[in-house]
Amino acid sequence: MISLQLALQRPGFALNVALQLPSQGVTALVGPSGCGKTSLLRAVAGLERAAGRVQVGSQLWQDDAQGLWLPTHRRPLGYVIQDSALFDHLDVQANVLYGRQRGGAAAQDFALDGLIELLGLAPLLARRPGTLSGGERQRVAIARALASGPSLLLMDEPLAALDAQRKAEILPYLERLVSQWRVPMLLVTHAMDEAARLADHLVMLQAGQVTASGPLLDLLSRPDLPLSRLDEAGVVLAAQVDTHDGPYGLSHITVPGGGLWLGRTDAPVGTTVRARVLARDVSVARVAPQGSSVINVLPVTLQAMQPEGHTVLLRLRLDGPMAAQAAAHVLARITRRSADALALQVGDALFAQIKGVALM
Amino acid sequence: MSAADWLAVWLTAKLAGLTTLLLLLLGTPLAWWLARTRSRIKPLASALVAMPLVLPPTVLGFYGLLLMGPQGPVGQFTQAMGWGRLPFTFSGLVVASVIYSMPFVVQPLQQAFEAIPERLLEAAATLRAGPLDRFFSVALPLARPGLLTAAVLGFAHTVGEFGVVMMIGGNLPGQTRVLSVALYEHVEAGELADAHRLAAGMLVFALVVLLALQALRRRMDGEARVQP
Repeated sequence: MISLQLALQRPGFALNVALQLPSQGVTALVGPSGCGKTSLLRAVAGLERAAGRVQVGSQLWQDDAQGLWLPTHRRPLGYVIQDSALFDHLDVQANVLYGRQRGGAAAQDFALDGLIELLGLAPLLARRPGTLSGGERQRVAIARALASGPSLLLMDEPLAALDAQRKAEILPYLERLVSQWRVPMLLVTHAMDEAARLADHLVMLQAGQVTASGPLLDLLSRPDLPLSRLDEAGVVLAAQVDTHDGPYGLSHITVPGGGLWLGRTDAPVGTTVRARVLARDVSVARVAPQGSSVINVLPVTLQAMQPEGHTVLLRLRLDGPMAAQAAAHVLARITRRSADALALQVGDALFAQIKGVALM
Repeated sequence: MSAADWLAVWLTAKLAGLTTLLLLLLGTPLAWWLARTRSRIKPLASALVAMPLVLPPTVLGFYGLLLMGPQGPVGQFTQAMGWGRLPFTFSGLVVASVIYSMPFVVQPLQQAFEAIPERLLEAAATLRAGPLDRFFSVALPLARPGLLTAAVLGFAHTVGEFGVVMMIGGNLPGQTRVLSVALYEHVEAGELADAHRLAAGMLVFALVVLLALQALRRRMDGEARVQP
């Protein structure tokens, strides 16, 4: 368990959080800029002096009650920021070794080769940071942080400085890292798609306060949270690839409570993938539509409705062959007029037509 | 050139070399402190370091003489320690030069340290480097061009000092008769040919030093940016 109780006062801003986070996997901290995401991360690292308590697993890094406060260099953490902060006077290899040489036993615990392989750094080792692209720099920064053998990896908008192409180039590395490296990560981001792609756990911050904290898949499908108010509101489903349909160029994935067709993916049959369904791509009908071009039509139960202006956001539980409590949810955004015309009530059995499914 | 003039050249090099070395040792921590402190006494400390830039050297020499003289606090201290008196000795000249050339070493260093982004030192801290480790493994290597400038300016400025030497050092061959004093003496005595040899030599020296400095800085910049 990672337990954080931190309070920080700055002119015109106050951070006040109490969080219990899983000590495995990725926790994403999301929220508008200025909400305190970065301050929170810096306070955990000891770069900012906040009041409170920081515990990571069995290690206590700060406890005001005992007068304990470890300076940053005595906290076994890794920290990656937006612009890499590589040491220009050292080559890539020396950058990566910097933390490893100082990390003590934890840093010697694993072979460096695996890390270099994982992040694809072998061809870059002799280069100077000044000659690297933004994406390469960020991979070096991540390797440098991990090579010190951290108990917690803190990442502050690691992809924000990169253009879409570089982002697409580095995301697979991050995903491999997340699945192979057993270090818990705290990821600050303002990009929901990044959080949806990488995180298991989500913390939402607003004006220095936690507005929600919980497993990603739960939070994304809750209509009452500000997440759903975004145009890109939607859900991320953990799915398994089960068939490829070559002639039609389609693949079929199974999610708890249903199955979905999508454009042919390269992921082999049996792999677990994350599929994203946006609320604006989902519509509902009282009877199973006939002669529709939409190939994904699933029986669902309406679980919640949230009016927003002229639209209504619906939370729908998939009603496929699966125990109801384990079933996946999707969100649908429809007009108020449609909601009234259909006289929708919570508990209604409906059919969801899903026009778009994207693998992440 | 006469043996006496060669002695003056050697003495000048020794004085400037020793002064530069001492200044790098004392000035580096001072510059680091000035670059990073938020202390209230920072403006005063900065002003004191910069004083020799605006003060006439003779004023500095005059107070130096009073302080190091037999009645002055520094003089009494050195005598009590059994080191004798400083005025009109090589050691006295070194002490005065260190103060006189201080801003030429501290200011380039301070600027170089200030140019190092805080996030690099923070990155080093997150990689388990303690404060001293951060200074030696990150700050100092990144400040290398500033260190070079500081050393060259400190050396060249000490070679060029005259007013302070006249007040504190006088004109003792092998002890305090440095180049600038020897030059002045030749001119006073109407030995213009001797004066020319010293003056032209210093001119060439200054030019060579500046050219070498530029070449070195270009190479350092290149090293930082271009793949070897």
